[in-house]
Amino acid sequence: MTNSRLAPPVYNYKVVHQFALATVLWGIVGMAVGVLIAAQLAWPALNFDTAWLSYGRLRPLHTNGVIFAFGGSALMATSLFIVQRTCGARLISDGLASFVFWGWQSIIVLAVITLPMGMTTSKEYAELEWPISILIAVVWVAYAILFFGTIAKRQQKHIYVANWFFAAFIIAVAILHIVNNLAVPVTLTKSYSIYAGTVDAMVQWWWGHNAVGFFLTAGFLGIMYYFVPKQAGRPIYSYRLSVVHFWALIAIYVWAGPHHLHYSALPDWTQNLGMAMSIILLAPSWGGMINGIMTLSGAWDKLRTDPILKFLVVSLSFYGMSTFEGPMLSIKSVNALSHFTDWTVGHVHAGALGWVAMISIGAIYHLIPLMYGRKAGEMYSIKLIDLHFWLATIGTVLYIVSMWVNGLMQGLMWRAVNSDGTLTYSFVETVVASYPGYVVRFIGGGIFLGGMLVMAWNIWRTWQVTREELATGILPAQEALA
Amino acid sequence: MSTGFSLFVILGTLGTLVVITALLLLNRKVTNPGQTTGHEFDGIEEYDNPLPAWWFWGFLLSIAFALGYLIYYPGLGNFKGLSGWTSAGQLAQQQAEAEERYGPVFAQYREIPVHELATIPAAMRMGQRLFANNCAQCHGSAGTGAPGFPNLTDNEWQWGNSAEQIAQTLNNGRQAVMPAWSGVVNAIGIRNLTEYVMQLSGREAVSDQAQAGQQEYNRLCAACHGADGSGQPMLGAPDLTNNIWLYGGSREQITDVLRHGRNGQMPGFAGRLDENRLHILNAYVQSLSTQ
Repeated sequence: MTNSRLAPPVYNYKVVHQFALATVLWGIVGMAVGVLIAAQLAWPALNFDTAWLSYGRLRPLHTNGVIFAFGGSALMATSLFIVQRTCGARLISDGLASFVFWGWQSIIVLAVITLPMGMTTSKEYAELEWPISILIAVVWVAYAILFFGTIAKRQQKHIYVANWFFAAFIIAVAILHIVNNLAVPVTLTKSYSIYAGTVDAMVQWWWGHNAVGFFLTAGFLGIMYYFVPKQAGRPIYSYRLSVVHFWALIAIYVWAGPHHLHYSALPDWTQNLGMAMSIILLAPSWGGMINGIMTLSGAWDKLRTDPILKFLVVSLSFYGMSTFEGPMLSIKSVNALSHFTDWTVGHVHAGALGWVAMISIGAIYHLIPLMYGRKAGEMYSIKLIDLHFWLATIGTVLYIVSMWVNGLMQGLMWRAVNSDGTLTYSFVETVVASYPGYVVRFIGGGIFLGGMLVMAWNIWRTWQVTREELATGILPAQEALA
Repeated sequence: MSTGFSLFVILGTLGTLVVITALLLLNRKVTNPGQTTGHEFDGIEEYDNPLPAWWFWGFLLSIAFALGYLIYYPGLGNFKGLSGWTSAGQLAQQQAEAEERYGPVFAQYREIPVHELATIPAAMRMGQRLFANNCAQCHGSAGTGAPGFPNLTDNEWQWGNSAEQIAQTLNNGRQAVMPAWSGVVNAIGIRNLTEYVMQLSGREAVSDQAQAGQQEYNRLCAACHGADGSGQPMLGAPDLTNNIWLYGGSREQITDVLRHGRNGQMPGFAGRLDENRLHILNAYVQSLSTQ
């Protein structure tokens, strides 16, 4: 019996459905906070002189919200969907699946409460204080048991490539999270890292860069390896390429962290080694893009009619662009110009909006109708998906272009010198000059958020239409609402 | 780093590069290009296509580049690299080059006395840039100060305004210490002192409290601020009679300073700027208060 003949109710779609809806919800919340803090940078009065509404408190809420709430929910929805379908096996435990869902949601809610209150470890992308860190570790281990347990009872001899990427992502994030969060608790809401000074910085960026590498790259490549061939109806371009770039990617990514600490107190050898490995990282990163885009050869015509496929393909383009930009920015002489400027922020969002968000959106559009017993991608309105696609693309382009302009300008202004060698500009002059870029970035972010609202409406209508069709008997009841 | 750890770094790095290279070379050939592998997962098949040649060679090229980079520059543990490059050495070299180019621009004004230099527009434009880069963070871009950071455009000089005194301030910095009196004087005493300080600066005060405060003042404050409250630049004790307030002049603010004390800190710039630049900065600061 091949797995494609298995009827949907064999699988646990409940947890997939829950995580898919959570993806949309936290996407809207996390991006809305992002738009607010973007506005605060252009118009500081929007801090309202209120501590918990201020930029410093809300910025970690935005990053945690979009990476771990939106991105994390998308990864869990898709990985738990893909592992079942490609292994031909139901999740090992419905109870454990529920625990993972509600555990992850409670972590997010705790973050929403504690971060605006100012409770933070002050370590970037690892701000949550020690009781929440422990909860993350517990839920993560449960997620790992759920995933690997299902792999173990698969009906297939081989493990599909998407699952390798999810497996690497789950194992690496567990190790990284635990090592970076080792801390001495002082009170219930305050702890201090067990590392000091430069070592702390290095461990932090070992985590920080691999949050990008394993959470935001390996995990989302897992999504790509299922939904691109599925939506295009084409075989994966090269099995061999997927093997080679997978092992190369996970072997090289863990070395790249020091490029966040160029020209710092980190020893020269560590900085140089980090840079050398970051340059090698270009090829394994691009392996995924090549495999995804080449999978479409022979099916390019589908782009005219299928906006879901457009989301997936454009996300791969942004992925290729930002994984080219990353190694370039890691070169020390480029970094000397770009470091601390908005260029870094633009680079991150080329990945976060263009790659992570767009591939997640494409995947959710594919799988949400399946949750209602409809065909894959059979949403209420294809036109609204197309509208969403254009809003997302235009929003991303406005965002990253404005940050490139700002970043280059800031870097050049900071290093400009007069004929006597004094700096031409004081810092505040570069802030004033950044204002137009900040406004454009706010507009771009707002447009992207608008697209997410269109998506929420489309999902709501899809659910309503399904209910109406069930009532009138158009859709056979036993297949629906699995 | 210890030799053992250095070896660990070297072997780990080279070992990783060797393994990745082997991974590439061993997977160059495929058996059935254009055919599927025979695996099928939820309807997804995989072609047995080879690695794209440009990707394969590009990958090897990046490994070769990294290897060359790690031989030329430090990166492999304790191995210093063939170039002998260090970031500290590069900084020193760039600073020396900059000094060679820009040093004479500042040196030309070295022999001109400060009060005369303050009238030379070209020198003062340079002073303004030095001030913007080094001083404006605390004293404001116009030198008008901020709470806790002296206004340099008025005529109150906490540490004196002779060329020698300003040079001392710029070179070595200043540490101003106003003691906290809450452990020595009770609440009534603090209140009385506050009224007396209000009266000293020529403002309305509750006269009997100010009178009582004067006795406390003579006992505790006069040693630094002077019997008449006109301050003592030697100690950095501000003049209390001119209604210029470093930490705010309201009753509440004065009471707070009396209770908790203040620690003012001006950093020394002798290690950061050379004498020629400090000389111009000295003149620029002088020029601010005469404007």
